[in-house]
Amino acid sequence: MSPAVRRGVALTALAGLAAALLVACLGLPDFGHPRGPYATAVIPLALDARHVTSVVAAVTFDIRGIDTLGEELILFSAAVGATVLLRSQRGEDDTRAAVERQRALAERTPAPVRRVGAALAGPVLVLGVYVVAHGQLTPGGGFQGGVVLASAFLLVYAAGHVVRLQRVRPVALVEAGEALGAGAYALVAVGGLVFAGAALENFLPYGTTGQLLSGGTIPVLNVAVGVEVCGAVALILSELLDQALLRHGAP
Amino acid sequence: MNVVPYAVAVWLLAVGVYGVVTSRHLVHLVLCLAVAQASTYVLLLAIGYRTPGRAPIFFDIPPGTPVVDPVVQALTLTDVVVEATVTAVLLALAVQAHRRFGTADPDRLGELRG
Repeated sequence: MSPAVRRGVALTALAGLAAALLVACLGLPDFGHPRGPYATAVIPLALDARHVTSVVAAVTFDIRGIDTLGEELILFSAAVGATVLLRSQRGEDDTRAAVERQRALAERTPAPVRRVGAALAGPVLVLGVYVVAHGQLTPGGGFQGGVVLASAFLLVYAAGHVVRLQRVRPVALVEAGEALGAGAYALVAVGGLVFAGAALENFLPYGTTGQLLSGGTIPVLNVAVGVEVCGAVALILSELLDQALLRHGAP
Repeated sequence: MNVVPYAVAVWLLAVGVYGVVTSRHLVHLVLCLAVAQASTYVLLLAIGYRTPGRAPIFFDIPPGTPVVDPVVQALTLTDVVVEATVTAVLLALAVQAHRRFGTADPDRLGELRG
């Protein structure tokens, strides 16, 4: 099919699809007035029954906790899959060559980039830990904080020369973190089964609403997800960066 | 009735899929898929929006304040995570395809295999 014909077919089909979807949208609840009964029903559940102030965290890690377990395993297997794909055609020598190139490139990293990277890495790390730890209180949580934590690793990567790369981005540690996070979530799920009679049922004291250690298992799950997401994102990005270095990074 | 937020979602889906269909580069294709997927975020958040609503975080607002629907926000969070993982795997596949066929043009992948 020539590009012009394909474009014509695509435009016709998408115009029809868009028209049908727009008609369907007329049947949706009026914007600004959600009709779902759960929109209001989950709020007292989160505040009074689970002692957390972030209702989104209560939905994610308690009411939909099993879904989040699945989601986390999706992330885990995707990171493993992407890593296997990227490494499959690359021997040990290639990996060593990539490390050598990293070193060589790090030597040539411009000084301002190094300084900014080194200066930001610490604060970003603290911010990531803060976002993960306060997941049950304020916006944020394991997923968001995990990505912030992974970006701290990447800042070190960008800073290059300041800290020796091999020591900062040990792939084995990142891999272990990813697996530990996924395993910890599953363990908490099993813990609910053992101590409270149902998977992911809370089995820890709730604490006082609004305090750092409140919400029972929710902060524990947040930390598990934070470690897992940080490991997965750092692993995927470092594999893609290695790939780029192998292809284009010849000093 | 205000349909603009829903229309934005439909528009994002349409331009994303159009980009996927007419793409000439695998990385461009993956990014177009991400645009198409962004329509689901807009749709979910639009369904749950309440006027006038605050964020569903009761750390600094009293219980009983009208807030937007927290359930769709949690669903959007799941959606974002899944989208990120799909993008990662597809980018890894794009790298593999480029290595094997020496091109990142989806049309030419088929020619070379045939």
